[in-house]
Amino acid sequence: MSMSMLTDKSITHPQQKSSSSSCCNTENVSRKEQWASLIGGGAVFLYGLRRGSWLGMLTGGSLLYRGWTGHCMVYDQLGINTKEGHFDRPGVRAQHGRRVNWTLHINRDPQELYDFWRELSNLPNVMSHLVSVQSIDKERSRWTARGPMGQTLEWEAEIITDKPGEVIAWQSLPGSQVDTAGSVHFRKSATGQGTDLEVTLKYDPPGGNMVAQIAHLVGQGLEDDLQEDLRRFKQICESGEIATNAQRPAMKA
Amino acid sequence: MKAVTWHGKEDVRVENVPDPEIVNPRDAIVKISLTAICGSDLHLYVNRIPTMESGDILGHEFMGEVVALGSEVKNLSIGDRVVVPFTISCGGCYYCKNDLYSLCDNSNPNAAMAEKIYGHSPSGLFGYSHMLGGYAGGQAEYVRVPFADVGPIKVPDGLSDEQVLFLSDIFPTGYMAAENCGIKEGDTVAVWGCGPVGQFAMWSARKLGAGRVIGIDRFPERLRLAKEYTGATTINYEEVDVFETLQEMTSGRGPDACIDAVGSEAHGLTLDAWYDLAKEKMMLSTDRGHVARQVIHSCRKGGTVSIPGVYGAFLDKFPLGVAFAKALQLRMGQTHVHRYLPMLLDYIREGELDPSYLITHRMPIERAPEMYRTFMEKEDDCIKVVLKP
Repeated sequence: MSMSMLTDKSITHPQQKSSSSSCCNTENVSRKEQWASLIGGGAVFLYGLRRGSWLGMLTGGSLLYRGWTGHCMVYDQLGINTKEGHFDRPGVRAQHGRRVNWTLHINRDPQELYDFWRELSNLPNVMSHLVSVQSIDKERSRWTARGPMGQTLEWEAEIITDKPGEVIAWQSLPGSQVDTAGSVHFRKSATGQGTDLEVTLKYDPPGGNMVAQIAHLVGQGLEDDLQEDLRRFKQICESGEIATNAQRPAMKA
Repeated sequence: MKAVTWHGKEDVRVENVPDPEIVNPRDAIVKISLTAICGSDLHLYVNRIPTMESGDILGHEFMGEVVALGSEVKNLSIGDRVVVPFTISCGGCYYCKNDLYSLCDNSNPNAAMAEKIYGHSPSGLFGYSHMLGGYAGGQAEYVRVPFADVGPIKVPDGLSDEQVLFLSDIFPTGYMAAENCGIKEGDTVAVWGCGPVGQFAMWSARKLGAGRVIGIDRFPERLRLAKEYTGATTINYEEVDVFETLQEMTSGRGPDACIDAVGSEAHGLTLDAWYDLAKEKMMLSTDRGHVARQVIHSCRKGGTVSIPGVYGAFLDKFPLGVAFAKALQLRMGQTHVHRYLPMLLDYIREGELDPSYLITHRMPIERAPEMYRTFMEKEDDCIKVVLKP
């Protein structure tokens, strides 16, 4: 299962057609916010008109536009969408979200690594940003994670491809707080020793691409988390513990 | 406990710090019986290595008695006398499994920091900057040893601490430097720097079949020891031109292999050495590359250059074109200490070499600050300082 198949699948969803493009007609503001924009924008516009302030009129006018059309250009730029029903589709929309890819060599057999990974409740032990993973049934699970900048995020995911010793792929279910899809490939290394592990993750970052980019720049992003998490995973698999320079257990990172 | 701590350029103190404890299942705590100041500690002393932090405990050459063990260490017992390799290795990754212990994938908790500069991270080291792990060193009363089931080697009774201490770094480092030369029977091997690593490299080169070993330095005492203990012919670079002399000694061919056992703080009397010094004074460079250049310049065509001397990161005016034109092989890197320990311990046990001949200063650990200065200034014929906690 490749990432392109995941995204292709999501395109077939009816909701997708209107929201996958960033055309200016797209509604991305919730009803409540639309009313707030209309009222607030009207007040600012009138204030600007009375004081003869072009800036006031312009600000009020843009808020009125936002309230009337339900489209916010700033939200569009930030990748934010608060419109109701926006989450009613699986995975991540095409042309949307961030894609993170990481490969590393782990000196253990693919099957051993697959077994560890397939037991999803193991993952929070190595993935620092995961709080918990609970299995609902054989395919579905509920995930809780710490997001960038200290947010708590929850989503439900289903496993869509599962080949023992080779690959696991998943996507989030409609109604989730985070739209995400991903896969882990376990390939016998060409060196003849161990496994080449490839993790791909695609997600619509809460707050939009710009926030995710800033988080990454200050070392708080998912990319940084994932890299450190996979390093821990490798350490546990190869050495049985996570290396630390702590002098006492209380200081253990 | 007492420990030697780093506080900045030429500021080393002996302080009271909390004792270490077992943190991970494969840890051991070792009560230090003897520790040494290494030439590479001087790079830290003069603040040449980035990512040191005030209060860091120094020291990566040490030995002692096991006083506590994590639940997963099965091959050691409380009370064992051990020497600990300065490189920390997990024993399970691709590199450890292929005998490349100083390149261990898993022992550097700050690997991301090293990757930014090097692309990939080498192993963690004791007492040697945060980029290389941030591990507390062994110039202290106690040390926490991670992956203690892989590194420490037990020392048999009948051998003194002074005889085996240098297995922790400089003896294996000298040996690997010679091994990297790919010596053929009868080869001529020239060694720049007759400090401890240079001495062990010369001894090892002989062991590996070199017909002639040439030691280069400027301190008469070091040259004397090289002659006496390794059978080397010596060159004092303050008295003669190194390149000319080496060519005369080899009928114009140059040595088959050249070892740079000096590293980034090279002294020299040639123009490029002054250039390095000037750049450094203006804080435009971290490494002085005079010896690296001379080694490449002097080596015979198709010969091997081996570099056990430590370099930080980016060396200026590195004559890659010369190395290319002469089709040299360049070998270098931190020592895969674990690989050599059993063999070198056997040499010591069989009496082939008593490495303690290098020790010139035996001091209580309280006098470490003074000894760092003495060693740096090469005062008092200082070659090797050992400290007793």
